[in-house]
Amino acid sequence: MANDKPFQPFRNLNAKIASIPMILTALVIFVGCTLWTIFYSFTKSKLLPKLDFVGFDQYERLWGTRRWLVSIENLLIYGSLSLIFSLLIGFLLAALLDQKIRFEDTFRTILLYPFALSFIVTGLVWQWILNPDFGVQHAVRSLGWESFNFDPLYNANIVIYGVLIAGLWQGTGLVMCLMLAGLRGIDEDIWKAARVDGIPMWKTYLFIVIPMMRPVFITTIVIITSGIVRVYDLIVAQTGGGPGIASEVPAKYVYDYMFQSQNLGQGFAASSIMLLTVAIIVIPWAYLEFGGKRRG
Amino acid sequence: MKALRAIFAATTALCAATAANATDLEVTHWWTSGGEAAAVAEFAKAFNATGNNWVDGAIAGGGGTARPVMVSRIIGGDPMGATQFNHGRQTEELIEAGLMRDLTDIAEAEGWKDIINPPSLLDSCTVDGRIYCVPVNIHSWQWLWLSNAAFEKAGIPVPNNWDEFVAAAPKLEEAGVVPLALGQQPWQNSGLFNVLIATLAGPETLIQVYGEKDVEVAAGPKIERVFKAAEDARRMRKGSNVQDWNQATNLVITGQAGGQIMGDWAQGEFQVAGQVAGEDYTCLPGLGVNEVISTGGDAFYFPVVDDPEVQKAQDQLASLMVSPAVQVAFNLKKGSLPVRGDVDLATANDCMKKGLKILASGNTLPDVNQLNTEDTNTQLNDLFVEFFNDESITAEDAQARFVDIVAQGD
Repeated sequence: MANDKPFQPFRNLNAKIASIPMILTALVIFVGCTLWTIFYSFTKSKLLPKLDFVGFDQYERLWGTRRWLVSIENLLIYGSLSLIFSLLIGFLLAALLDQKIRFEDTFRTILLYPFALSFIVTGLVWQWILNPDFGVQHAVRSLGWESFNFDPLYNANIVIYGVLIAGLWQGTGLVMCLMLAGLRGIDEDIWKAARVDGIPMWKTYLFIVIPMMRPVFITTIVIITSGIVRVYDLIVAQTGGGPGIASEVPAKYVYDYMFQSQNLGQGFAASSIMLLTVAIIVIPWAYLEFGGKRRG
Repeated sequence: MKALRAIFAATTALCAATAANATDLEVTHWWTSGGEAAAVAEFAKAFNATGNNWVDGAIAGGGGTARPVMVSRIIGGDPMGATQFNHGRQTEELIEAGLMRDLTDIAEAEGWKDIINPPSLLDSCTVDGRIYCVPVNIHSWQWLWLSNAAFEKAGIPVPNNWDEFVAAAPKLEEAGVVPLALGQQPWQNSGLFNVLIATLAGPETLIQVYGEKDVEVAAGPKIERVFKAAEDARRMRKGSNVQDWNQATNLVITGQAGGQIMGDWAQGEFQVAGQVAGEDYTCLPGLGVNEVISTGGDAFYFPVVDDPEVQKAQDQLASLMVSPAVQVAFNLKKGSLPVRGDVDLATANDCMKKGLKILASGNTLPDVNQLNTEDTNTQLNDLFVEFFNDESITAEDAQARFVDIVAQGD
């Protein structure tokens, strides 16, 4: 095969020249800075980077720190639930909107609106909604249910679910829009054919439409996951990592140790682990998805 | 950002156009609560009176939020004219990297060595014999602030020390008062514990643990007793669902909480609320157990700049900050003690007078910021914010983790 396509460095020369800046950006900024960070995570840099190697000490300390372990656990809970629920709810909403209902534009706008708010605003809004003295608990109690108890942000065991609610509220609208676009891309004739064959609607969705929407799902999953890994501002605004350290996340650990505690080495080690985790998940998946035989 | 700053600079320059040779000096700090803002306005007023222009760079959110901003601006080559830090080890590396101005000449010309009391304040500004900062106040952590109204409501006398306070807690709870106000900010939680060490186990224990990183003392019976007291405090803080320290102080001011362990900066809040020491609230230095105060505080650092005009303004601000009149005006508003022993604080209230007396008698100890690096402090923050919020952690477990942190410290 390779013989059919001879090496042609000067083919499409203009396009190659045009992409040089982006190639340089990718190499220097992304790859270069990543390597630099990993390199310095083996030093005991404090406020300023220093070449004072300590081997794996920073990593040992990292995995011996309770706050980091809590952070990882939270990210796993938040990440998996957020992925599942935003896909599920997003797809359901999109499928409902796709039934040629009246005022579709209005509903779509309302459902997408939370996405227009930043995580900071979302976090603050939900901090008040979930505050036991002012929010949902207070409202339900004043309706007469005196024993009603709902204060996720002040209960260390369930605080991460309180954050999850806010995250879903903000992010589901976007997933819905992507799904809706995917559904609109399905040819009307396929629906007609399915109807002629007498296939029930839910089966059509499950076995025909969803497999056809594979590219949309991949895009959506990439967007959701990248949002999950770097979740930071939502936590800062909504709980500040509390109560105690019950809602800490890895990105916050990295920030706090790099800047507040003036310990770059520890922050670099934590961010390297974050990268490694993402790589462990993404590389095999990308290999299965894009490797092997090439799709048209 | 640059454009925005230019607009700000232009408007402020317009306002100050009447003053000849006005130089803008941006001063960053994290003093944003009512009492703090009133105090920093005194600096601004005095500085503007010299014909320069104070550009206020307040950063909200406390030192933990503000310091990273300040440090990244200094490292990133966009230094402000002057900036607040807690002197001690926070700026060690910035000074070593040559990013801070050497103030030794001004210090010698004005004889700071003779006027600044206690001398440990200036020592904390000194690296290799050169002086890099201006201490502006003395702040001590070891205060218990009690609401007289809350104890009246519970029908019991105001306690005289920590043990009486602990004993009074059930009565307070019965009366619907939260015994101890404690916010969620991590530094408040570790701060409370450090106060318990300094008062219940004594200053020498604190110095052994944090200064010498003595693991045996950290694992020993004295600290064990402190952890037991911390367990009491954890029980007493239940129900104080607030974040910031001044919100916690406000619980005490309004009588919703019985007391708060907080540094003397809380004093400014009582003052702004129009409360009178001795009548509306009671202060117990050293928790009434051991009358000591730590001599930490705030200091101003001046990053290296090239512009000679700005340098001149920096010099003026530096000498102005230690001048007697400004010291008095600033510290009265701030609720802190002045850095010089020769000024008249006749108008000081009861609590400040207690502090001045302890300072004069020399019952002082270094501040935790002077002994620990920020790294160790953050680890302590993580431990104690968890400890005070999670009742499932036993005092023994927490002490074991405390020992680990001390062992790792440098």
